[in-house]
Amino acid sequence: MRTIHTDEIIKNVKEMCIEANLYLSSDMKEAIGKAAREEQGVLGKRILGQLCENMEIAAQNQIPICQDTGMAVFFVKMGQDMHVEGIPLSEAINQGVREGYEEGYLRKSVVGDPLLRVNTKDNTPAIIHYDIVPGDQLEILIAPKGFGSENMSRIFMLKPADGVEGVKKAVLDTVFEAGPNACPPVVVGVGIGGDFEKCAILAKKALTRNLADRSSLPHIRQLEEELLEKINASGIGPGGLGGNTTALVVNIETYPTHIAGLPVAVNMCCHVNRHVRRVL
Amino acid sequence: MERHITAPFDKKLAEELTAGDYVYITGTIYSARDAAHKRMYDSLMKGEEIPMELKDQVIYYLGPTPAREGQVIGSAGPTTSSRMDKYTPLLLEKGLNGMIGKGKRSEEVIRSIISQKAVYFAAVGGAGALLSKCIKKSEIIAYEDLGTEAIRRMEVENFPAIVVIDSKGHNLYTDRGCVD
Repeated sequence: MRTIHTDEIIKNVKEMCIEANLYLSSDMKEAIGKAAREEQGVLGKRILGQLCENMEIAAQNQIPICQDTGMAVFFVKMGQDMHVEGIPLSEAINQGVREGYEEGYLRKSVVGDPLLRVNTKDNTPAIIHYDIVPGDQLEILIAPKGFGSENMSRIFMLKPADGVEGVKKAVLDTVFEAGPNACPPVVVGVGIGGDFEKCAILAKKALTRNLADRSSLPHIRQLEEELLEKINASGIGPGGLGGNTTALVVNIETYPTHIAGLPVAVNMCCHVNRHVRRVL
Repeated sequence: MERHITAPFDKKLAEELTAGDYVYITGTIYSARDAAHKRMYDSLMKGEEIPMELKDQVIYYLGPTPAREGQVIGSAGPTTSSRMDKYTPLLLEKGLNGMIGKGKRSEEVIRSIISQKAVYFAAVGGAGALLSKCIKKSEIIAYEDLGTEAIRRMEVENFPAIVVIDSKGHNLYTDRGCVD
């Protein structure tokens, strides 16, 4: 059985926290660059130009792209044929977050109790989703999530009779209500199906997909394209100040659901859609 | 219209600014976000002093990342303004003249902006590295225990912002016919 020591996990998580907050993935960078070239709105074009400049300054000066360096959200896929040695895995991930947010000069944005609201001062605890999968590898994906856009996310427990039109309305209502608050151009993650929490996790997972990857299901792919077109026809534009780039992509993930339900979750993400994946 | 302005500024300038104006702000502004607003609000409601004179001042809704050595401040973009809505009318009553943030404001805040002849600016959300370059000095003046949410006095130079809500109540987010 393959063994991975938690020292290696801590080191990787630390590096991933810093990397995610300083550099966007190439698909995100290209999409923002393309939008900047093609944007028709005068203010919108100016703002997209500033976002490109911002990414360069961030990389050159090692300043986080956005001051909201987020809550550290993880999707961990653990091979069932591997073994973790050292401290408990979740503790190791949190230790990596602690070290990454300190050494990377990242903002500590977590309060320990949601009502008492005292900052934990090290950005822990992280939010960790585990999957047990075949194989002997450990895949760690970090997606630091800012709350300007998180606060504009919504969940809808639709009825089966609401159908695809109900789903479209839920997504569009959420994006339009978010307007400038979610820092457009946004990435829209949608989860359809499952139950109350499953669709929310799907929506978050949808944000981590490469922008070029479309759904493999023809009807869902069509829905992604139709929603993107409708969102960009709204005129909200970059920064909510007008233009034809309101969203860069709509990513939808689905899961089987109950005969009585049609849950839909819409997880909004700003243009600083950060994620770093490593396989150990 | 594009114009260079200095902060703090008086009511005369506040009334001249119009939704859609692209401004470059130079001068002194203060950072304060959720926790600092709550604390100032609670103090004012109890009739206590707050750590800054609000008259004619500009508050930037900001909680920066820590500065590296040799840097004035870390990433320093705006946070969502609507979370400050509950506290804003009272601060405007006490003389606050400008706010820099991002996103929509409540009807109550808009009414208060009109009655107090104030102005609401948006800075580009998610451009914290770029905006940090316009901050030339930064010093924590109060609520240090709040960490990133402490109140900072900052000297800014040509800080870019857009007038979103002006003293007449024009609103760039909604008046363009954008979906709201």
